[in-house]
Amino acid sequence: MTTTSPVEKVGGATATYVDQRVGSNKFLSRNLGKVFPDHWSFMLGEIALYSFIVVLLTGVFLTLWFKPSMAEVVYDGSYVPLKGVLMSEAYDSALNISFDVRGGLLLRQMHHWSALIFIAAMAVHMFRVFFTGAFRKPREFNWLIGVGLTTFGLLAGFSGYSLPDDLLSGTGLQIARGIVQAVPVVGTWAAFLLFDGEFPGTEFISRLYGVHILLIPGLILALVTIHLMLVWTQKHTQFPGPGRTNDNVVGYPLLPVYMAKAGGFFFIVFGIIALVGGLVTVNPIWIFGPYMPDQVSAGSQPDWYIGFLDGALRTMPNWESVIPGVGWTISWNILIPALVIPGIIFTLLGLYPFIEAWVTGDKREHNLLDRPRNAPTRTALGMMAISFYVLLWVGGANDIIAVAFDLSINSIIWFLRITLIVVPPLVFVVTRRTCLGLQRRDREKLLHGYESGRILRLPHGEFIEVHQPLSEKDIAVITAKHDYAPLPAPDKADVDGVRNKRYRAQMLRHQLSEFFYGVNVPKPSAAEIEAGQHHAAHDAAIEAPLHEYEDADQIHTFHGGVLHHPGMAETNAEQLQQEQRS
Amino acid sequence: MSDLTTPQGNPDGHGSAPAKLGYSPVADIPHKPRATDTDPKAARRAERQVASMFLLSMLFVVLFVVAYVAIDKTSVVYIPVMGEVGASNVALGFTMGMAILLIGTAAIQWAKKLMPDVEVVQQRHDMVSPKRATLEAEANYERGKEESGFVRFRLIRRTLIGAMVLFPIPLVVMLRDLWTPTEYTEGKSPADLLSTTLWTGGMRIVADGTYQGEHSETDSGGEITGEPVSPDDSLAHRPIRPEDLPVGGLIAAIPLDLPEVEHAEGNLNARGKAAIILVRMEPDEIRSQQGTGWDVEGILAYSKICTHVGCPIALYEQRTHHLLCPCHQSTFDLADSGNVVFGPAARRMPQLPIGVDEEGYLVALSDFEEPVGPSFWERG
Ligand code: HEM
Ligand code: FES
Repeated sequence: MTTTSPVEKVGGATATYVDQRVGSNKFLSRNLGKVFPDHWSFMLGEIALYSFIVVLLTGVFLTLWFKPSMAEVVYDGSYVPLKGVLMSEAYDSALNISFDVRGGLLLRQMHHWSALIFIAAMAVHMFRVFFTGAFRKPREFNWLIGVGLTTFGLLAGFSGYSLPDDLLSGTGLQIARGIVQAVPVVGTWAAFLLFDGEFPGTEFISRLYGVHILLIPGLILALVTIHLMLVWTQKHTQFPGPGRTNDNVVGYPLLPVYMAKAGGFFFIVFGIIALVGGLVTVNPIWIFGPYMPDQVSAGSQPDWYIGFLDGALRTMPNWESVIPGVGWTISWNILIPALVIPGIIFTLLGLYPFIEAWVTGDKREHNLLDRPRNAPTRTALGMMAISFYVLLWVGGANDIIAVAFDLSINSIIWFLRITLIVVPPLVFVVTRRTCLGLQRRDREKLLHGYESGRILRLPHGEFIEVHQPLSEKDIAVITAKHDYAPLPAPDKADVDGVRNKRYRAQMLRHQLSEFFYGVNVPKPSAAEIEAGQHHAAHDAAIEAPLHEYEDADQIHTFHGGVLHHPGMAETNAEQLQQEQRS
Repeated sequence: MSDLTTPQGNPDGHGSAPAKLGYSPVADIPHKPRATDTDPKAARRAERQVASMFLLSMLFVVLFVVAYVAIDKTSVVYIPVMGEVGASNVALGFTMGMAILLIGTAAIQWAKKLMPDVEVVQQRHDMVSPKRATLEAEANYERGKEESGFVRFRLIRRTLIGAMVLFPIPLVVMLRDLWTPTEYTEGKSPADLLSTTLWTGGMRIVADGTYQGEHSETDSGGEITGEPVSPDDSLAHRPIRPEDLPVGGLIAAIPLDLPEVEHAEGNLNARGKAAIILVRMEPDEIRSQQGTGWDVEGILAYSKICTHVGCPIALYEQRTHHLLCPCHQSTFDLADSGNVVFGPAARRMPQLPIGVDEEGYLVALSDFEEPVGPSFWERG
C-alpha cells in the first residue's frame, strides 16, 4: 500500500486478521479489478435488485407495527371517518401505521411502490435478456432462476396486498379462493385447509403473514444470491463493439468505477422510491374500508402484475362441465384462465432457452449479445408473447376502458377474444419483417457506407449522394452478426440402407430450424465490406476539401480484431452434422 | 494505444505506461479526454459539485428529523397537483428521499467526472472444468461408491430409498389439521358446508343497512351506477315489508339471525354465503324464475355472491334488470331466473324463495335449492 492513513492502517490490519482466518485476500486479489461491461439496459436487473432490498428493509419496519390478526376490534385511531367501525386487527393496525405512526404511511407506500417497481424491473430485465439472447449457453440456469424469481415476485406481491384486510384485498382473496376451489378433485379440500374452513374464516391472514414475510422473501433472497453468484462467475455478457469478442469482457473495473456507479445507482433507486412513497399515494386502504364478505368496491383493480390474470378470467367464455352420474364439476371458465394459461406461459418461458438450443443445434458459449434484429424469429416470438400478455392485461382493465371510451363491456370482451387469437401471429409476422428490413439496411451500410444525406454535383454534372464510411464502432457492431444456416434435412436411411430411427425427431428439428433460420439477410463477406467501405471513403473524399480523406487503413485494423472471431468460424450446422454422423 | 494508467497525465489518452494490475486496456479504442482530465479547474469544479451533493444530503437528514418532530401527524397541507395531503408524510418522504438520492447522484457524478473513463479488458474462460478435474471427480466418485458398498449391499440400498421416501410423510399428515372443525361445522364435509346457508323456512329478511333503491337509477347514457357505500339508517337491520321496496329498487339483505350467529361463531363465514339482494319489478316484467311463486308481488331475492369466483355483486341496472359483477363483469338477468347473459360465470344466480309472514314481513320459504357462490368439484 502506498498511502497509509490511520483509517487505512486499521482497515489493513482487519483485512489481514480476516484473511488469516478465511483466506479472503485470494478472493479480493482476483475480484477487486473485475471488469463489468456497461450498457443502460444492464441497469434493469440492478433496479430489480435494489428495489428488492428496499422492499426487505421497509417490510421489516412494517412488521414492527403490523398485527396479522383477523380478530375484530373497534377502530379508535385518528382517521375520523372510520371511528367506531368494527374491523379486523390487521386492518386496524394498517390504519394505525398510516395515520398514527409518524413516517408509517411513508413506509407502507415505499414498501408498496418498491414492490411494484421490483416486479416491473424484473419483467423488463427479462425482456432484455430474452431479446438479446443472453439466456443462451452458459446462462440457462440464470434464466430459469429469473423465471422463478418472477413467479415468486408475483406471489410476494399478491400475498402482501392481501394482508391489510381492506375491502380490496379481501376481494382478491375471495377470487383466489374461488380459483383454488375450482381445482378438480382436491380443490374444495385445499380451500378448506388453507382457510381453516369456509371463507373468510379467522386464520388466513396470520397464515399468509408467515408466507409473506418469511417464506417467499427467503426463497427470493436465496434465488437472488445464486443469480448474482452466477453472474459473477460467468461474467456479464456484453454488446458487440470495437475490441469486444466472445472471449473477453470490456468495461470498467469493480474498484472504483463500477462500485461507485452501481453503489450510487442503489442510492438513486432508494431515494426515488422514498420520494415517490412520500409524494404519490398507493393503495389508500382507508378509502376502501374494512373487508366484509358481502361487500365490494366497484371497479376493483388488482396491482398491475395480477392484471393479466384478471384479464384472462374476464375474457374466458363461460364453459363448465358436470360429469353426469357422479356430479363432478369441472370449471373450465376458471381453470383455463387462472391455472392453465399462466402454467403454459411460465413453462414455455422456462423452457425457451432449451427449446431454442435444440432447434438451432447451437452448443457454443455466448458472451456477445445478439442485436434483436439479428435473431428475427426469436424477436418475433418474444413480441408475439408480449402482445398476448398485453391484450390480457387490457382485458383486466376492460371496465375502466369501457367507461373512459364509452364502449360496452360486451364488445370489448368479444374484441379481446378475437384479438387474442389473431393479433399475436400478426405481431409475429410484422416483427420478423421489420427485423429483416433492419438487417437489410445494415447490409447496405456495410456494402456502401451510410448515406450522408448530402448530394454532390460532380464536375461532369452527375449528382451523387455522398456515402460516408461507417465508424469503427458501427462496423464492429454490425459485423458481429452470426449467419446461421438451418440444420440439414435428415436422411431416411444411411448409405448402407440402415433405417434412421431418429428420423422423425430430426425432421421436426430440421423444420423448426428452417422456421428459425430460413429467413436471414446474410452478412457480406469481409472482402466485400472492405471494398464497400473503401468506396464510401472514396466517395466522401470527393467532397474534399470539405472533408478530410478518411484513414482507409482503419478498416484493415479491424479486420483482425472483430470481423473474424475464432470461435465463430464453425457453423452450428457443421456441428450438428458431425453429431448426427457420430 | 489507449492507456488507463494515467488518464489525467495523458490528456490525449495515448501513452506507453504499462497497464495496471488485473486488467489491460482495450487496444484501438480512441479515447476522447474529458474536460476534467485536461483542465485542473474543471476537475476542482467537479470535486466541489460532488462534495456539495454530499453536504446537501446531510442537510436533508437534519430537515427530516426536524419534520419528524415538528409536524403534527394529523396536519394536512394543500399542494398544487397533489391536492390535500398529509403534511408529515410528504415532508418525511421528501427529505428522506432527497438525502438518499443525493448520495447516489454524488457518487455517479464522481465516477463520471473524476474516475478513469477508459474501458479495460479481461479475458473470459470457458465454464467447463479442465479435463483433469473431471477425471479426478470421477475417480473420487468411484472410490466412494466402492467404499460405501452402495452397489454391493442391496438390502441397505433399497431400505435407504424406502426410508427417504417415507420420512416426509409426517410433515404432510400434520397439515390435516389446518382445518379444525368447530362445534358449528363438526361432522360436516366441505361440500355440505358450501351447499347450505343460514336461510330456513320462515327466517325473516332484514336490510343490511345498505339501501340502494334511489341509487340504482340509470344515467342518461344507460350506464350502470354503483352501490352506494353509505348506509341509509332508516332501514338498517330492520325487517322489510314489501312496501319498503319500490319498483325498480334494490336492497342488500341478510337473515335476521345473522348478527347473532356471527357473534357466536366468531367469524364472517355465514355472511359470505347468506348475503342476498332483493329487487322489485312489475310482476309482468318477470319472464321466469327458479320456482313458481318464489316472488312476493314482483320482489325477487337472489344470492349476492357471484357464481363465478365469488365476488359480492353490487351493480344493478334496473331498466334491463341486469345484475353485473364488478370483478369480471358476469351479467345475470334477474327477470329471467338470474340466468347468465354475459361474462365468464357459468351458472345462474341462485334464487331464494320468499314469502310474507303473518305480520307482513318478508321471510325466506326455505334455504337456497342450489349451492351459492363459486363452483367446486363436488357441486354437481
Ligand atoms: C419479497 C418481496 C415483497 C413484496 C413484493 C412485498 C409486497 C407487499 C405489498 C404490495 C404489501 C401491501 C402494502 C400496502 O399496504 O399497500 C405488503 C404488505 C406488507 N409486507 Fe411486504 N413485500 C415483500 C416482502 C416483505 C418482507 C421481507 C417483509 C417483512 C419482513 C414484509 C412485510 C410486510 C408487512 C408487515 C405488510 C403489511 C403492512 C401493511 O400492509 O400495512 N414484506 N407487502
Ligand atoms: S366473480 Fe363475478 S364475474 Fe368473476
